[in-house]
Order: sequence, then C-alpha cells, then structure tokens
Amino acid sequence: MKSNPVFEARGIVKHFGRIQALKGIDFSIYPGEVVGLLGDNGAGKSTLIKVFSGAIPFDEGEILLDGKPVKFSSPLDARNAGIETVYQDLALATDLDIESNLFLGREILKPGLLGKLGFLDKKAMYRQVEELFKKLNIRVQSLKSEVSELSGGQRQAVAVARAVSWGTKLVIMDEPTAALGVEQSAMVLDLIRQVRHKNIPVIFISHTLPFVFDICDRIVILRLGEVVANLATKDTNVNEVVQYITGSKKASENIVRLQQVQEH
Amino acid sequence: MLAKPNQAAIRGNGIVQKMGDLWILAVLLVMIAVFSIINPVFLTVDNWINTTTFMTDNLLLALAETIVILTAGIDLSVGANMGLSSIVCALILEYGMETGMSPALSIPLSIIGGLLTGSVVGLINGWVITKGRISPFIATLGMLGVCTGLTFIVSNGTSITNLPPEVGEIGNYVIGGVISFSVLITLIVTICIYLMLNQTRFGRHTYAIGSNMESAKRAGINVDKHLTKVYTLSGFLAALAGIIVTMRFVNGSPLTGSHTELNAIAAVVIGGTSLFGGRGTVGGTVIGSGIIAVLLTGLVLAHVQVYWQIVAIGAIIVLAVYMDQLRNKNK
Repeated sequence: MKSNPVFEARGIVKHFGRIQALKGIDFSIYPGEVVGLLGDNGAGKSTLIKVFSGAIPFDEGEILLDGKPVKFSSPLDARNAGIETVYQDLALATDLDIESNLFLGREILKPGLLGKLGFLDKKAMYRQVEELFKKLNIRVQSLKSEVSELSGGQRQAVAVARAVSWGTKLVIMDEPTAALGVEQSAMVLDLIRQVRHKNIPVIFISHTLPFVFDICDRIVILRLGEVVANLATKDTNVNEVVQYITGSKKASENIVRLQQVQEH
Repeated sequence: MLAKPNQAAIRGNGIVQKMGDLWILAVLLVMIAVFSIINPVFLTVDNWINTTTFMTDNLLLALAETIVILTAGIDLSVGANMGLSSIVCALILEYGMETGMSPALSIPLSIIGGLLTGSVVGLINGWVITKGRISPFIATLGMLGVCTGLTFIVSNGTSITNLPPEVGEIGNYVIGGVISFSVLITLIVTICIYLMLNQTRFGRHTYAIGSNMESAKRAGINVDKHLTKVYTLSGFLAALAGIIVTMRFVNGSPLTGSHTELNAIAAVVIGGTSLFGGRGTVGGTVIGSGIIAVLLTGLVLAHVQVYWQIVAIGAIIVLAVYMDQLRNKNK
C-alpha cells in the first residue's frame, strides 16, 4: 500500500520570544492512518496541534495538503480546507441541541426566499444528523436533546461526529478520552475506528498509553520540541515509548527505523 | 439503534425550560384571578385594553432585552434610548406643524427619524462593546447617561405638545374594540422576533454566542459582527417603543422611558431567560411582561399606594434571578 501523505509538515519551527517551542518538526500522515502524538507536558504537542489547526502561525517550514503547500491564517481556514480539531474542552454550546451543534456556523438554509431571509432547513439538518449517527453507531435518546442533558461520553461523541462530518482531510483529537470513564472511552475509540474506515487520517493525542496502543497505527513522540521517535505500533512496546517520552532513550538510536517507517 | 426524534422537545426549549414557562403562566393566571376578586373592574374590556396597551412599551423593551441577554449581554440604555428616540420623533412632528408640512409626510418622517436615532444609539453600543472591548454593562450604562442628557438638551427639558392631531388618532385607534394600535404593532414585532430566534440562522447564532462564545468563534461565527447587529436591533426596538408612546400620548416628554429598563429586564428574567445567556424564550418574555403589566394595573385597581409597585418589581427581579441560579445549578 504505497500512497502519498494526505497531510505533511516540513521543518516546522515556532518561537515564543526567545524560547524555541518547535525545532524543525517533520510530520506526515497517510489516508486511513491513526497516528498517536505523544510527549511529556511541554514537549510541544499542543503547540504543534495549534499550528496544524491554524490557531497559531509558525516561523519556518511548510505545510502541505494533498502535496500542495497551504497557508492557514485562522482555524477557519484550516476547517475550510478539511482539517477538523476536537478540542479537549469540546467547544460545544451546551444550551443548544445536538443538531444545532453539528451544524453550527454551517447551517443549511431553506430554499428560495425564506432561505435568503436566513430561515433554517431544520428537517434537512436532522435527516443528515440521523444518518451520520446511524453510520457512526452513536446512540442518544433524542437528536433534539440539549447537549447539557448528555453524558460526557455522548458529548464527546457529538464533538467527534461534528469533526468527522466536516473533516474531509484530517481529524485532530486532543485528549478525547481525558475526562471519560472506561466504557465511554471505548465508545470514542470505536468512533475513531469508524473514521479510519472512511479513509480519513486521525492524529490522536493522549496520555493513556493503552488507548494509544489499541488504536494507533503509528506513534510519533515529541521531546523538547523535536520528533525523537516515529514508530510503527506493532514494532514497539510501552516500555520503549516511555523511554522516549522521558528522554532515557535518545533519537539517534532510532534513526534507521524512523526512516523505514517514513518509507512506509 | 437510534431513537426517533421527540417532536415535543423544541430546540432551546428543554423540559426544564418548559416547566418554567408553564409555572410562570400559572402565576400570571393566579394574579389575574386574585386582582379580579379584589376589584371586578379588572376583568372588564376597558381594563383589558388598558393593561395590554400599557404592556406594549414594556414588552418591546423586554424583547430587545431578551435578544441581548440571550447573548449573555445586557442593555441598560433601552429606556433612555426610547426617550431620546421619542423626543426626536416629536421634534420632527413639531417642525412639521411649524412649517405647515402635511401630516401625511411629517408622520412617516418622524417615524423614520425616531427609528434611525434608536438604531444608531444601538449601533454605537455594539461598536463600543465589540471594538472597544468595554463590558456591555458599562457601555450601556454610559449610553443611558448620554441618551438621558441628550434628550433634555434637544427638548430644552420641556414637553413637546404641538403635534398634529392625526398622530393621536392613529396612536389611540382601537381595532375591533379590543386591540389597540400599540398592541397590534407589538404583536407583529413579537411574532417576527419569535420567528427570528427560533427559525433563522441569526437566532441560532444568538443562542450559540450566549451559550459558549468560544465555541461560536471556533465554529466560524463572526461574533463581533453578530453582537453589533444584536445591540442595533435592541436600539431599533427601543425606538419603536418610544414612537408608540409618543403617538399614544400625542406628546414628546423628556421623561419618556426613564427607569423603564428595570421593568424590561424584570420581565425577561421572570420569563425564564438566563442572565448567563443561551437560554430563554420569547413566550417566557411575553408572560413575564404580562405579569409586570397585571401587577402594575392590578395594584392601582386594588388601591395600593403606587410607590409599592416599584418595591414589588425590585423584589420580583431578585426572586427571579435566584430561581435562574437554582436552575443553572441543576444543569
């Protein structure tokens, strides 16, 4: 299976004042691939994600989408290009119902004059949400439930479903299981598998190593703003990953395998 | 298995909210019953016309306030803006009288002038809040002062009474013997606002911004632009209230609208709209406004000294906010 990366970052450098948060990051992700992004606090994960999702600008390097260089000046740019991010704090409007959240900012309007006046085509939107939830196997009591009435897992499912329904190129998930119990986490992991089936790549950020090993095809480890490891999940183990995260194993020992993985 | 969408649950109107609406509707009905027992005059057609007419300016301001409060903001300038717009409207009518202009021209001109004044005041509120990053409370409190002062400056502190009599004929017309001109206009506006909040993208974005501004921004909604529109609309509705009052009393008084913002906010909060934003209905505001109107006219008919009205409304606001907080805790 030899294909081109959907999304590629080359030599990304980001300074915050005199601190160099990202020291030339290379990263690529292929169709249908789930890549775990790991690293200790301060390793640069959040900064890198913000760069990928257009939330902050970077100083050097370039980002390619489908092989073409792109420039995001805002998260909206990235979203319009098909990159969706599920944030740790979910970013749902809890007083609104599921459908409103899924279509927030991208509402379907009625045809004709009513649509020009801004009238919503709620039926069409509910129909789409119903289909999407069926496809992703998400269960809720009612699609008209307010998000505030949902459990943590269901809310996460709504956030993931929103990202999946719009993220045509790449879905980034920042700690999607952080606030969830075991059963609800399993539900989210299931959702990620569904996304993989749609051939959309996923960047999965988590501190929970069992989940990472369960779901990810590949693991990229950051340390002090550099990529120190890029491993196929089946060729590594928790021990080795922890050694890279803590820095007791250095990048140099990994160079050969890193190249092998890049070759795919 | 996906459950069938529950037709009864309307968006932005969950079970808790529904119970709240029904509960305050019951309060309104009990109040009507009690005041009718105390003084049977309360249940007459005359009093119905009086009470509903009296309710209109409060309801218009309350609708303005509902939209603003749904975004987790507040507009303290609605009363003062109503006064300024009312004076501008009266001044144009007076100018028409002095220059011998036909009322068929001066009346539409005065309405346009009043509405424009109110909308510009609202637009400035929106700019100060979104571009100046001044909190809505402070921005509109300042605007309250500016409008009140300007009202006295342009009117020289006196009432403007030299208005064409046709104004009063329109303003006091009662359609079919039961619905006054003021009520008709307010009814149309209420339906429009209801449709806007429940059926349009504008309404949905209004709820979203109040519920979670960050998520609205991430969803690509231009929050600043939307808020500017919301405050402009609030100003427009305040002006409409001012014009209706001018046409009803055939008089432009610099005291029009002063301190009415408190009653408007009271109606909104009683109606179940959360001061935290994102939660509230037009139906609730209509009932809340009805409660204020019934309370005020009812207390007069019950021969209670008028100053107790102010005390009652103050107490009701605190009680309604307390209940709002209880509801939020249960969330």
